[in-house]
Amino acid sequence: MIKAILIFNNHGKPRMSKFYEHYTEDTEQQIIRETFHLVSKRDENVCNFLEGGLLIGGSENKLIYRHYATLYFVFCVDSSESELGILDLIQVFVETLDKCFENVCELDLIFHLDKVHNILAEMVMGGMVLETNMSEIITQVEAQDQ
Amino acid sequence: MRMPAPIRLRELIRTIRTARTQAEEREMIQKECAAIRSSFREEDNTYRCRNVAKLLYMHMLGYPAHFGQLECLKLIASQKFTDKRIGYLGAMLLLDERQDVHLLMTNCIKNDLNHSTQYVQGLALCTLGCMGSSEMCRDLAGEVEKLLKTSNSYLRKKAALCAVHVIRKVPELMEMFLPATKNLLSEKNHGVLHTSVVLLTEMCERSPDMLSHFRKLVPQLVRILKNLIMSGYSPEHDVSGISDPFLQVRILRLLRILGKGDDDSSEAMNDILAQVATNTETSKNVGNAILYETVLTIMDIKSESGLRVLAINILGRFLLNNDKNIRYVALTSLLKTVQTDHNAVQRHRSTIVDCLKDLDVSIKRRAMELSFALVNGNNIRGMMKELLYFLDSCDPDFKADCASGIFLAAEKYAPSKRWHIDTIMRVLTTAGSYVRDDSVPNLIQLITNSVEMHAYTVQRLYKALLDDISQQPLVQVASWCIGEYGDLLVSGQCEEEEPIQVSEDEVLDVLEGLLVSNLSTPVTRGYSLTAIMKLSTRFSSLNRIKKVVSIYGSSIDVELQQRAVEYNALFKKYDHMRPALLERMPIMEKTATNGPSETVQTNGETDSTILDTKHLPSISQPASQANDLLDLLGGNDVVPIIQTTVPTKPASAGGELLDLLGDLSLTGGPTPTPASSVPMSQPPFLLDGLTSQPLFNDIAAVIPPMTAYNKNGLIIEFTFERSNPNPNIAVITIHATNSTEADMTEFVFQAAVPKTFQLQLLSPSSNVVPAFNQGSVTQVIRVLNPQKQQLRMRIKLTYTHKGSPVQDLAEVNNFPPQSWQ
Repeated sequence: MIKAILIFNNHGKPRMSKFYEHYTEDTEQQIIRETFHLVSKRDENVCNFLEGGLLIGGSENKLIYRHYATLYFVFCVDSSESELGILDLIQVFVETLDKCFENVCELDLIFHLDKVHNILAEMVMGGMVLETNMSEIITQVEAQDQ
Repeated sequence: MRMPAPIRLRELIRTIRTARTQAEEREMIQKECAAIRSSFREEDNTYRCRNVAKLLYMHMLGYPAHFGQLECLKLIASQKFTDKRIGYLGAMLLLDERQDVHLLMTNCIKNDLNHSTQYVQGLALCTLGCMGSSEMCRDLAGEVEKLLKTSNSYLRKKAALCAVHVIRKVPELMEMFLPATKNLLSEKNHGVLHTSVVLLTEMCERSPDMLSHFRKLVPQLVRILKNLIMSGYSPEHDVSGISDPFLQVRILRLLRILGKGDDDSSEAMNDILAQVATNTETSKNVGNAILYETVLTIMDIKSESGLRVLAINILGRFLLNNDKNIRYVALTSLLKTVQTDHNAVQRHRSTIVDCLKDLDVSIKRRAMELSFALVNGNNIRGMMKELLYFLDSCDPDFKADCASGIFLAAEKYAPSKRWHIDTIMRVLTTAGSYVRDDSVPNLIQLITNSVEMHAYTVQRLYKALLDDISQQPLVQVASWCIGEYGDLLVSGQCEEEEPIQVSEDEVLDVLEGLLVSNLSTPVTRGYSLTAIMKLSTRFSSLNRIKKVVSIYGSSIDVELQQRAVEYNALFKKYDHMRPALLERMPIMEKTATNGPSETVQTNGETDSTILDTKHLPSISQPASQANDLLDLLGGNDVVPIIQTTVPTKPASAGGELLDLLGDLSLTGGPTPTPASSVPMSQPPFLLDGLTSQPLFNDIAAVIPPMTAYNKNGLIIEFTFERSNPNPNIAVITIHATNSTEADMTEFVFQAAVPKTFQLQLLSPSSNVVPAFNQGSVTQVIRVLNPQKQQLRMRIKLTYTHKGSPVQDLAEVNNFPPQSWQ
């Protein structure tokens, strides 16, 4: 199960945050900050998996992240998810965003937060992977936009 | 006066981004919040949507947004799609079961679940699936179930995941979804297939009945998987050349659950697993993800050995991959399989050891744990070299775990005592401050037990002390040893290496230095004071020692003060007892295992935890072993070493000493066995609770005593006890009493047991059995009975009675059954 999906930039500013387990607002912000600390310390050529920070469940949960240009995409998952599978999922997510926004960049995410949420909602529901087929997702999203 | 139209979300974002400081941003946000609040109060429908969107943005940045919750509900109830969408999004982000407000949504969701537009239905399902509480789920489960059977694949897949959420919240409702699952797998749509597999997985994990019910789906799953692999290029599901890898991985996981512990299913999957394992492209991450999942599945089900070897070889190939992620994943899986397929993993040992030098922290940790698991008698020397090197250079977080692991491994597989002691010295000097507290007493015990190495050990420890007194465990062990074996140190006898010349004064200098140094903790000071005291019987510079001891009689530290005062008393009033009290310590028994004894659940060998109903869907993955070391012993206990040497206590002082020790309520006397016995008493307390064998405390009281011999006025009684951690050892105490009118002197008790037993005779309390039952001689016998055979013993008694020697032989056969069962 996916516990949280976070997108933040190189300075730690959150660009999108979705939690699939309940935390208070303060805790959510703390989690974002803590995750940013853990992830930004990582070198470029180390592996993309980290043990979770204390706030998000400690060593049972893993942080799987990818760094694209100025943004970090972090998925916090528990042990039932395949690490390599989640890496691929992140890739699919980013490619979908790219198709929907045409050469997506950080500004697109900033100004169209709701659209990002809608796209994500077509992919992950309740912490579980719903759809991984990019064209399906895009069709649905466009249909709802009309 | 009407307020101006609220600004659009885009404007807001742009404005906020112009803020240059945190304070400026906060100000803008507060202003906007106030505007939004008044707009809400106006109950204006047109702009509500915009306002809530802005609120959500501000919420993401971290500002409180709870006043928008009710507005979200109003939006949900609206008929416009855009309103509903923002409303549901707001509900998912802002609301949760702890607010009462969320129950108001139930009705809306119910209506929307039956809406004519599929997208509205989708929204409702999504929201319910994300944050539905148990009450909501109970109310709406029926609707979800209906949607599960619809032919609309868009809705069907969402309903499947929603069902998973419902089951998680209200497990009793699982039965309800059973009929709907019947033809889930015959769908063509991959989205539906994917979510259906997730639903099936969840049901199987939660209920063993479901599991057996769904086993019949294995052939169908195998077919689907086969189609995926065999079908050519299909553009919609393709990821880097592989057809829908997500679905493949999901199916593999479900197969793992279904095949575990079941021969038929495992056999049905054998072919397809082999096919996937050999045909998948490994150049991209995608292929590796599938292979990884395949390997995990192979290790978990009852696969044939050829397949298992294939799996381990795949993992071995992963280890050599350039991609760090792959290496990490390989190390993790090898950790899980090392218990069951130990030999196969051994083949990759050198690669694993290389990973210790990797820069990546996560990989280093995994490699360290795996290395400890692979240590055995053959490779101990080589492995230890690598591990010690690792200890030198690793991060402080690892040092404690690494040190404990090294101790455990050294203890199990040390090829020689000298090597063992050298290794310990190396760990103490390099990572001394990170060593766990309980290792100090264990080390002391180890040193005591290696009798021939005493001189060597104390010499090395002394030299280490000269270099560095900051690492407390090292200092504690060193001062204890110097206290015990100081005489060997100054005498300059050492066989193993060049003896150093050191005088008594130099040694005392070092110990006194410890007492006054700022680096020493109170515990260390206690150790060194006691060591100095012990040297009073081994060295000749009594005056100096007396002076030191009396100085500390007025120390602020209560512990030191008490010790000093008692030692002072020893010098003054009880000088005749001092030699006896400060004698060499006897060889200590090892009572229980070292270190944490968590067992790791492996992929090959978990107990059927998956068949228990649980709340989390994690199954054959191991319990968290990130921080805890593997139990190298796999949960078994160390068999206590039975020493055959009898402790060296002279008989004359022995009697007094034992009386002193036996009766703690002596008035006016110093408390016997000063702090030097502290390390000995710690192991049973600390480690008893960690043994995984049942404790036999209760049984000890139950074994009745028996009379073994009764002739010529000499009666010998046996009383029994079980040795705590090892139920194969019976501890027998003999009590010999003499009812004649003359003492029996030079009394010696000997015993012999059949070959399958082992016997250890400890020293007797005395060798005079006083007349008229005025006292008794006690002696402890320990019998090891690994084959649980009936205990028999032949005893031989010799003593002098009224001037003439008496000798007698007897057989003891009437042992109570509880003593040897």
